[in-house]
Amino acid sequence: MPIGTPIWRLRPHQVSWLQVGPLALVLVALFALPTLLFVVVSFFDYDRTGIYPAFMLDNYQELLTTPATYRVYLSSLKFAVIVWAITLFLGFNIAYFLVFHVRGARIRLVLFLLCAVPFWTSAIIRTIAWIPFLGRNGAINQLLMAVHVTSKPLEFLLFSDFAVIVTYVHLFTLLMIGPIANSLSKIDPALLEAARDAGASRWQTMVNIVIPLSKTGITLGSILVFTQVMGDFFVVKQMSGGQSASIVSQLSTEIQAMQYPPAAASSVVLVLFVAVMVAGMMRIVDVRKELLG
Amino acid sequence: MTPRREKRPWTFYALGSLVALFLLFLYGPMMVIYLLSFQGPNGGTTFPMSGPSIVWFEAILHPGQMANIPVSFVRSLSLAVVVSLLTVVISVAAGLGFRRRFPGSGIVFYLAVASLVMPSLLVGFGIGLGFQVLGLPSGIFTSALGAQLTWTLPFGLLTMFAVVNRFDRAYEEAAADLGATRWQTLIHVTLPILLPGILGVGVGAFTLSYDEYARTVLTAGSLNTLPLELYALLSSATSPTLFAIGTITTIVSFTLLGGMLMLVARMQRRRASLVL
Repeated sequence: MPIGTPIWRLRPHQVSWLQVGPLALVLVALFALPTLLFVVVSFFDYDRTGIYPAFMLDNYQELLTTPATYRVYLSSLKFAVIVWAITLFLGFNIAYFLVFHVRGARIRLVLFLLCAVPFWTSAIIRTIAWIPFLGRNGAINQLLMAVHVTSKPLEFLLFSDFAVIVTYVHLFTLLMIGPIANSLSKIDPALLEAARDAGASRWQTMVNIVIPLSKTGITLGSILVFTQVMGDFFVVKQMSGGQSASIVSQLSTEIQAMQYPPAAASSVVLVLFVAVMVAGMMRIVDVRKELLG
Repeated sequence: MTPRREKRPWTFYALGSLVALFLLFLYGPMMVIYLLSFQGPNGGTTFPMSGPSIVWFEAILHPGQMANIPVSFVRSLSLAVVVSLLTVVISVAAGLGFRRRFPGSGIVFYLAVASLVMPSLLVGFGIGLGFQVLGLPSGIFTSALGAQLTWTLPFGLLTMFAVVNRFDRAYEEAAADLGATRWQTLIHVTLPILLPGILGVGVGAFTLSYDEYARTVLTAGSLNTLPLELYALLSSATSPTLFAIGTITTIVSFTLLGGMLMLVARMQRRRASLVL
């Protein structure tokens, strides 16, 4: 026995629990319990002056029989799918370029940071940055008219679904690049060379080797982008021109009106919706096993 | 030793152009706001430009009726520092703990994932309700701090997974074989090797906290953080002040980034000289 070894030692899993304990404590106190709380409140009764403990399903009934609920979920889902497809395409190709095509480690770092720096500017500012760019007298329209592509300003650019999608892509593509680049950088380049030597085409290598090996990053990035769009607070409000709301901005109106029980019921429905979608995505890969090797 | 140069495949040029276009897309609107932040005193948030002037930069420093940017900036900065320190300590410890499977590890992992994917406003809603039920006043360094941790900790944990995955445990075994205690191994071997990754966790948590809106809005109490102040400014009056703030943020980001890169380069050089 080496000198300095204490008489008793913690067993490995006890050490692990000591290390993970603070995290578990914070997550239980600040995430699990508050979530449980609004689940409970969603069954409560309320009026203009306060909320009253009860067990009733009226809040859910009202929510699920309002056509507006389905309209806003459908519109959010539409945005989520379109933005997911675009950010996945961009994120995968950019990550692939950074990892496999760029040869110098320093250039790779600089390019990656160039992609990351705008992330440090407030999302609010990055959202409204599109307004002078896409507006009637905006940069795009000036340019298009200067080169005579169009004679009068295009109106659909700003305060439209188009503007919402552009803003989302601008805000969230980095969430795709990061995890996918991490997955790709674990692939041994020798593997790709072996595939090429064995006669695989570029496309076959991509489909049979690169994409399967980057599944973890793709899944993680997809989960991040999807949940960001579903949880969006102000992009739809600012960029769609006020005709439509997002799920969360609708919910926040209820919270501001102190209508906690119906807001809680909407929250529960949204959480279940997101949970089902994320669980579905996580079935594709065992993210935990992949992450921890 | 120059690497073997071979002819670039066409995909290199295709993807390279895509990256260039993406960067143009990323910085295009940013360029417009940098330009418009020098708008003249009578100019608005769109073209045409009248100016140039720096009145909107001066406006940041003067607390107006709408918003007090300097005070909320300091508030956001201090909150971000606290969040970032707590995130580093808690998630680095957890990242090390997760290297072996232990009873209950699955539950903690899925709790972290759930906390990450939970729509942000709902976290704030739950915590805000909890504080009301307990009769506690909400505040920047209590409820808002807690709400932000439910976001930065899972990010820190996932980053740590990527960091510890690249760590070769042989170093720790070697230290133990040479008679180091677990504590000595941690302080003198594991943490120094993981340092660049740990720094990444800290910077990431700082960024997430500094820009956090939806978790903070229902938990900050009566005082505003910078994003809350910006949002109030946005919905009350639109002026190029917001653009001026964007310009300053970008300048500060690039300065910090340059400093960090130099620090990392120096660390690598020192490490290289130690190995030799």
